[in-house]
Amino acid sequence: MSGNSALKRSRVRSAWLFLAPMLVVLAMVAGWPLLRTIYFGFTDANLADLGAMKFIGWDNYLARYDGEWSGLLVDLLWWRSVSNTLWFTLFSVTIETILGFVVALVLNAEFPGRGFVRAAVLVPWAIPTIVSAKMWGWMLHDQFGVINDMLMRVGLIHAPIAWAANSETAMWTVVMVDVWKTTPFMALLILAGLQMLPGDIYEAARIDGINPVKVFFRVTLPLVRPALMVAIIFRALDAMRIFDLIYVLTSNSRDTASMSVYARQQLVDFQEVGIGSAASTLLFLVIGIVTVLAITLGKVRLTAEPA
Amino acid sequence: MSFHASGRLVTTMSISALALGLSLTGFVAKAAEISISCGAVGAELEFCKQGVEAWSKKTGNTVKIVSTPNETTERLALYQQILASGTSDIDVFQIDVIWPGILGNHFIDLKPYSKGAEADHFKPIIDNNTVGGRLVAIPWFTDAGVLFYRKDLLEKYGASAPATWQELTATAAKVQEGERKAGNDKFWGYVFQGKAYEGLSCDALEWIDSYGGGAIVDDKGGITVNNPKAAAALTMAASWIGKISPDGVLNYAEEDARGVFQSGNAAFMRNWPYAWALGNGADSPIKGKIGVVALPKGGDAGKNTGTLGGWELAVSKYSKHPEVAADLVMYLTSRDEQKRRAIEGSYNPTIAALYQDKDVLSAVPFFGSLYATFTNAVARPSKVTGSNYNKVSSAFWNAVHDVLSAKTKPEAALVSLDSELKKIKRSGW
Repeated sequence: MSGNSALKRSRVRSAWLFLAPMLVVLAMVAGWPLLRTIYFGFTDANLADLGAMKFIGWDNYLARYDGEWSGLLVDLLWWRSVSNTLWFTLFSVTIETILGFVVALVLNAEFPGRGFVRAAVLVPWAIPTIVSAKMWGWMLHDQFGVINDMLMRVGLIHAPIAWAANSETAMWTVVMVDVWKTTPFMALLILAGLQMLPGDIYEAARIDGINPVKVFFRVTLPLVRPALMVAIIFRALDAMRIFDLIYVLTSNSRDTASMSVYARQQLVDFQEVGIGSAASTLLFLVIGIVTVLAITLGKVRLTAEPA
Repeated sequence: MSFHASGRLVTTMSISALALGLSLTGFVAKAAEISISCGAVGAELEFCKQGVEAWSKKTGNTVKIVSTPNETTERLALYQQILASGTSDIDVFQIDVIWPGILGNHFIDLKPYSKGAEADHFKPIIDNNTVGGRLVAIPWFTDAGVLFYRKDLLEKYGASAPATWQELTATAAKVQEGERKAGNDKFWGYVFQGKAYEGLSCDALEWIDSYGGGAIVDDKGGITVNNPKAAAALTMAASWIGKISPDGVLNYAEEDARGVFQSGNAAFMRNWPYAWALGNGADSPIKGKIGVVALPKGGDAGKNTGTLGGWELAVSKYSKHPEVAADLVMYLTSRDEQKRRAIEGSYNPTIAALYQDKDVLSAVPFFGSLYATFTNAVARPSKVTGSNYNKVSSAFWNAVHDVLSAKTKPEAALVSLDSELKKIKRSGW
């Protein structure tokens, strides 16, 4: 027993030794900026002169001046950006999951040139977001955009639509471009899950003559669910931080501003490092809450399941 | 961070080693390398390059040109980040006329270098660029919003250049209807800058001022924007969308509007004077067909106006070669360089004497006819609101954008804008 625990102790020691560099780097590049941002959120820091900041407690979140409430928690624009972000996340991730699943099923089938198609599908995802957002911005332009021209030629619309400018279409435009860009990522993750499935179950189903739709819902879906849930949570976390796509397509427009766009506008355009940091802290909390909810409600196990 | 710093250290060391080597061999290294940020709207970058090259040749210094985003709002964001970090990467900054109040702390006082040259420039701009007694920037070119129109089309439909917005609306509708019947279904009456950014603040300030509705915030800092004249101006502008202006104008900046106008698809355009030289360029489909007048009055009782724009040159106080950078600024803002830019690029000089120069007037006739517009342009309230200007402008353009996209009625938008501005002001600007 005692020899065993000495061995264990030395193992634990070397484990910490090996982990230490990574933990130090993580604390420096992730922990420190995070703590500093949270700290800035309690100050009146201004970008023009960071040295002159004062600690002001919760005033950036909620304060009362001359009988009126002010601060982020009562700022309608902040809550609008929260709802924009959640709306965007819900629709883009749902559509991406469904389309991604379809693409993954197709790529999972045996056909000639499968390797090439698998690589080709990834192209939209490989293009930097700034480039693809700008590209879509031009294609969707109301005067010289190719999309309006095509739709007019086939007679689907009569007048060009200003996709990114019109407040009714702006959010859908952003979702559409995001779906175009990120479906390949979902497809890839789901495909990886599909390839882990044991072939003998399908063989048994085929021998029993079960119809393919039933096989999909009774066999494929339940088996691939853990991988699918991880993919969805990954995507949702990513979608809630959305910034570049929205900023390039619609700049600071209030119709589409996400939480990140709001925080950046405060931080940079208005130089309010304090309020911007408070908004970033709230963004961090919102994402944290949604993640915890998703993991509990979806009963996802992030650790490997015992076989 | 540390990689960056060590990289820079190595560069510094090698530069000082180089300098040491040069001085040992007798060549005292006088030539410096500096960098300048230039705008790239229209042909701006090209003109900046030519001017800078001429100075390099004269002085033997080398200059790196950094191009910056087209939209002023984005450019300011970039400058704020660069300057807040205190880096010496950019020595000379091209700054908007509304920025001296926001960025002034980061620039050196140019008075010791100007040797009194500022006396030749328009005084209001020099006043604008003087922050706390320090001359933080020298005017490079000035701007005021003007109305561009198609001479040929107005003649064809028997109309003259509009004196009021009401006339503009009627003429634009008439020309648009005629041109569409003639087969150009992409034709629109009027294009301007309607995107939710600083440009919309400029356009909307012109509408309101032309009706006599003030300049959002008055000289003493009082919030004046919630008034019936401003409401009338916004009501008029909202009536254009979808009628004489495309829905897409809600996402147009300067270059989008120029794109539509210069490809021959609009009868009128509100823009800055730079569009004149480009519209009359060799490759322009509407070359020689453009007229320029002051922006219309808001009804018969209104007045002609234009928002004061323009760009200044400033030297960063983090620069390693401030005297070399200041020399470049003085060269670029000199009379000869401003004259060249006026003739070839229709950039408005900031030196009053150039508006009587024969060569300038023959190249850009409207510099003479619109002299009053350029000297009496309405200023945005950037001086009185100081570092809060960005918030004021953002609240203003968002309110106007909501009115243009028919989400709110003008009166309601102005009431909520008023309370938003009061919140920003709180205890003072």
